[in-house]
Amino acid sequence: MSDLRELYQEVILDHNRSPRNFGALDPCDHKADGHNPLCGDTVTVYLTIADGIVSDVAFDGRGCAISVASASMMTEMVKGMTVADAERLFQSFQHLCTEDTEPEVPAGLEDEMDVLQVLSGVRAFPMRVKCATLAWHTMSAALHGNRETSTE
Amino acid sequence: MTALAVAAKAEPLDVAAIRADFPILGEKMDGKDLVFLDSAASAQKPRQVLDAMRHVYETSYANVHRGAYRLSALATDAFEGARETVRAFVNAERAEEIIFTRNATEAINLVAATHGRAFLKEGDEVLLTHMEHHSNIVPWQLLRDATGIVIKVAPIDDQGNLVMADFNALVTERTRLIAVTHVSNALGTIVPVHEICQMARERGIVTLIDGSQGVPHLPVDVQDIGCDFYAFTGHKVYGPTGIGVLYGRAERLDAMPPYQGGGEMIRTVTFETSTYAALPHKFEAGTPNIVGAIGLGAALDYVSAIGRERIAANEADLLAYGMDRLAQVPGLRLIGTAQRKLAVMSFVVDGVHPHDVGTVLDSEGIAIRAGHHCAQPVMDRLGLTATARASLGIYSTRDDIDALVDGLGKVREVFG
Repeated sequence: MSDLRELYQEVILDHNRSPRNFGALDPCDHKADGHNPLCGDTVTVYLTIADGIVSDVAFDGRGCAISVASASMMTEMVKGMTVADAERLFQSFQHLCTEDTEPEVPAGLEDEMDVLQVLSGVRAFPMRVKCATLAWHTMSAALHGNRETSTE
Repeated sequence: MTALAVAAKAEPLDVAAIRADFPILGEKMDGKDLVFLDSAASAQKPRQVLDAMRHVYETSYANVHRGAYRLSALATDAFEGARETVRAFVNAERAEEIIFTRNATEAINLVAATHGRAFLKEGDEVLLTHMEHHSNIVPWQLLRDATGIVIKVAPIDDQGNLVMADFNALVTERTRLIAVTHVSNALGTIVPVHEICQMARERGIVTLIDGSQGVPHLPVDVQDIGCDFYAFTGHKVYGPTGIGVLYGRAERLDAMPPYQGGGEMIRTVTFETSTYAALPHKFEAGTPNIVGAIGLGAALDYVSAIGRERIAANEADLLAYGMDRLAQVPGLRLIGTAQRKLAVMSFVVDGVHPHDVGTVLDSEGIAIRAGHHCAQPVMDRLGLTATARASLGIYSTRDDIDALVDGLGKVREVFG
């Protein structure tokens, strides 16, 4: 049960109940669909980029509390961030979810990584890591001009 | 076959004795008793199966149908004995009609790739139901892409019943093959395969039944059903993984080209041409899963000794109890409430994704499946991406269901 409380912290439950930046962004200039073939969950991430900065971002789709909360937190964080920082944050977050070692925190992203610690509970639930990282993979795919990605 | 710790067939199941046969049920999950409610994904194995497989490896293992030595003869006898056990279990007319495959998926692919490619032509129709597992959808799509056949899908109603009037209306002059599940893995619906196969035979339509969820729960008699093909996997009926069965009526199998080429399936080989072995070896290229087949035979012996009617009666009683208890859980909606169903309880919990339900239950030692159950079209039909699914097996008890209901209380506690 302690691992369970660690996984489903109040912040996560709150983002799941009322996800931020939820819905399609139209128009947008970057968009990708992410699939988790294990569970059939999907997420679409929409981005608008101006002068190398994420000027707007949104997501929609269906998923579990972990994937919805992670997507919601991601959109809150990367809005206003440079594309390069968004990519760095993705790399560090992925490390946080999958590795036993602490990730290297990119300069200037310390606050964001502090907040994302709340999702590190997935490390105790290997089946759920992909839920936490799906939206991030999808954002990265969108930024790279790929329309589809999958956690396979 | 070792003696079973169960009473005579007329008496109710001694589930405590059955549970004692399954070593894994004694395992603890973080100190909690394992509550295993995912037999529809894969069933646990009794020690009779584990012992039979170990016994072969330790006393009588060699390759089959090859050696001039006694061990090979022993292994061949055990392997072919398992084929005879399968034959009797599904009441096929002849043992040669039992083809060993890796699983049900391979069995269905075998039919699509051989019968399908040889006899189905552009515009011919294959009729499926909306409840099929991906393994009874995708092989036909591959065949469609190669040959131009047309796939038709018979609808289900909101409860998960197959709508027979619509099913029959979809049968046309071009229908060449009907491929349906015996029991839906996602909803538990029992499909009226006898009725379907009788109609198909009268119209000269070939039938394939995906029996992976049927064989573990129902007495299956392929001659009585009247199907041309019946596919099932071993691991869902308490056997090992990596072994499955394709039953095919001999005249169909004889007419089909081979599936894969290699050793075992040939009669003569030159660089110019080869001739093929007789049934069943024509469809069993390469060294087969010898010990898997023997393990499957032991599993079927185990089930037969307990008695399939008694197992079915016990599971029907448990299902009624479980559906009733789950229906009373606040915020829970049962998915799949067909009039004739077995062993599967799919559900969704208001405001909680099935994966989260699964994770919370897992923390209580309760194993269920959460997801689309490899049946995305039926999820789409019901407007869902996923459900939580608790499924029953020979060792399931009311205590398991009570633990599930208590665990769902914990889900509510975490998610409010």
